[in-house]
Amino acid sequence: MGDAEIIPIGTRGRPGRGSASGKPSSASRSLAGPGKPAAEKRADRPSRPRHGARPATDQPTTPAADRPRKPAVEPTEPTPPTPPAPRLTEAPAPDAGHDPVLAATTVRDRGPLAGIPAGDWLAAFQHAARELFGEQWEPQLARFLAFLRRRVSGDYVVDEYGFDQEITERFLMTALRPIADKWFRIEVRGVDNIPTEGGALVVSNHSGTIPVDGLMTMVSIHDHTGRFLRPLGADLVFRMPVVSKLARKSGTTLACSEDAERMLRAGELVGVWPEGFKGIGKPYAERYKLQRFGRGGFVSAALRTGVPIVPLSVVGAEEIYPLVGNVPGLARVLGIPYIPITPFFPLLGPLGLVPLPSKWLLEFGEPIRTDEFDSGAADDPMLVFDVTDQVRETIQSTLYSLLMKRESVFR
Amino acid sequence: MAAGDRVVLVTGVSRDLGRHFARSLAAEPCVGRVIGVDVVPPRGDIGDVSFVRADIRNPVIAKVIAKERVDTVVHMSVISTPGSAGGRNTMKELNVIGTMQLLAACQKAPTVEHLVVKSTTTVYGASNRDPAMFTEDMEPRRAPRAGYAKDVAEIESYVRGFARRRPDVRVTMLRCANVIGAHVVSPLTSYFRLPVVPTVFGYDARLQFLHERDLLSVLRYAVANEVPGTFNVAGDGILMLSQAMRRLKRPTVSMPGFAVGQAGSFLRQARLADFSPEQLGFLTYGRGVDTTRMREELGFEPSMTTEEAFADFARSLTPTGGRTERLLGVLADALPSTPALPSSSGVLDG
Repeated sequence: MGDAEIIPIGTRGRPGRGSASGKPSSASRSLAGPGKPAAEKRADRPSRPRHGARPATDQPTTPAADRPRKPAVEPTEPTPPTPPAPRLTEAPAPDAGHDPVLAATTVRDRGPLAGIPAGDWLAAFQHAARELFGEQWEPQLARFLAFLRRRVSGDYVVDEYGFDQEITERFLMTALRPIADKWFRIEVRGVDNIPTEGGALVVSNHSGTIPVDGLMTMVSIHDHTGRFLRPLGADLVFRMPVVSKLARKSGTTLACSEDAERMLRAGELVGVWPEGFKGIGKPYAERYKLQRFGRGGFVSAALRTGVPIVPLSVVGAEEIYPLVGNVPGLARVLGIPYIPITPFFPLLGPLGLVPLPSKWLLEFGEPIRTDEFDSGAADDPMLVFDVTDQVRETIQSTLYSLLMKRESVFR
Repeated sequence: MAAGDRVVLVTGVSRDLGRHFARSLAAEPCVGRVIGVDVVPPRGDIGDVSFVRADIRNPVIAKVIAKERVDTVVHMSVISTPGSAGGRNTMKELNVIGTMQLLAACQKAPTVEHLVVKSTTTVYGASNRDPAMFTEDMEPRRAPRAGYAKDVAEIESYVRGFARRRPDVRVTMLRCANVIGAHVVSPLTSYFRLPVVPTVFGYDARLQFLHERDLLSVLRYAVANEVPGTFNVAGDGILMLSQAMRRLKRPTVSMPGFAVGQAGSFLRQARLADFSPEQLGFLTYGRGVDTTRMREELGFEPSMTTEEAFADFARSLTPTGGRTERLLGVLADALPSTPALPSSSGVLDG
């Protein structure tokens, strides 16, 4: 049983270095006795424990000693008089390479990346490149690098609203597409109702606590028609940091008549959610009940510019974050319209931010023409209210019919 | 009016832009005489311009206008940098009281037929409720409460008042976007000249620039063509602040808005940069102006777009960053020259 006393279990064969951090533990320091500065101890230590360590690592044949020793074997290899293996010179442990006597097993040497030869790195990189860019990875990578370079040097163009088409197409849409296809399994109907060119105003219901429906509409329209939806956002969007930046980059502009008319005149496909915060912040119990449609400003913008209004009904967004409560006091302090409480949100923390995977249906309705009215139509409040009601009724009835078609919330 | 008999009074000739403008105006065929007025003598050569040392803040200016039989007044003495005037109070006095006195003198002078005021797009303010592009009829969403923006708003209201009282005088108000160029000293250019540029975290301002040469030509154009009205003047296109910084090859530090404001006031106190507080809103939300009226009614076309004007400005600066770009450049250069890589990888794999 004398063996058992020499086997240093858990110390990787080096007595007094339980943590292997290069610093002796407080217990071993008190054993060494006082008076000696730590620096001197460190200088002469590597030679001393080495001889002490060797018998400990080599002699024992007990499996208990073998198992913990294994990962430490490679970095301690320079000690035997054999010529250094080529892999060791490439391993990220320069001190072990040039001074084998001083080589101490540090945490770094035993890191997971230690001792991987450069050839393997290269092969791994090439494999990754092939996985990412396909067989033609070299020109693809060159193109990607050129793209990165263009971004880094600022050599790209944004339009007057700050819309950055390249970033929107390459990153935002790419990031949203799997969510739209796989998570919400969006089904789009009536895509033919979206004009292929020229200005048009897409008017949609708004729901879901967080305006995810806007993002999903953007990606669906882009994937089905190739056009970019230019959303109109509330001023709160442009007051919030990060959100404001992303909104401008993805083509959003402020929901005011000046911007709406400007965009429509320029022939853009503009998206508007006239319910606003009343729509997305309504409780779950009131789902699929359209709220008041603002002051009908969107209708006068369409009337002034003579573009068609395309009603869009979105089913599914109501269920992603079922809003069951609100903290009005805190919301007022923070200057935001509401603070949502969903069955999961403050309860599960960030996990509660994952939307429920409801099944979405998007239906674009028959376009409502506005170019047949005479020029003063936009200043006739009665007409504006009539058209607003017409749009609202269309969306509401389509919502009911879509709800009938949907098997259940999640299918 | 016969060629070469017009007498033009230019205020604010002590500063570089005013001096350059007065000199170039003197070379115009329709202009007979150019009289430069300022509190301090100009720093450089003013050529054919006759300089009158007069303070537009006191009624002496009326005598100058009457004696020289001035018919066109170009008001350029609206300053945006308190540092150059010697403090915010002096700046405000020069801007507001100076304009009042000048307009009062013009109102009394029967010879004056045309007034050109160089204003700025700062009057539109900058906030999250701004439309993307301001047209000349739009008001700022929030009335400016202090600083340069308020000065300009007051100056514009005095000019409008003057136009009401003297309907026979053609008043041209040019709202110029941020003027940029190698020689321009303004809060914005000194901000760009910082070696490390603080930006507001989470926001990206939309910027529009006007090159200094285009400013001079639009002023000359306004003097020569006498088109009354208010016009936005800016180069075509928009640059985002982040994009501009990348083009300048300057490293940026994003920090929250209030920290940028504090850094700005520290820089101002240390006299490192003329960072004005109202600039913070501009650097957060940015501003764009619509230039349709400039093209169609005024008939002026800037020679440089926003992008070109900024590129010209960037050439005068030595980059302090751009390491990532260089690295990517090296990588991109290395990539096509390594067609041997697939074969060598085949060896390694096998």
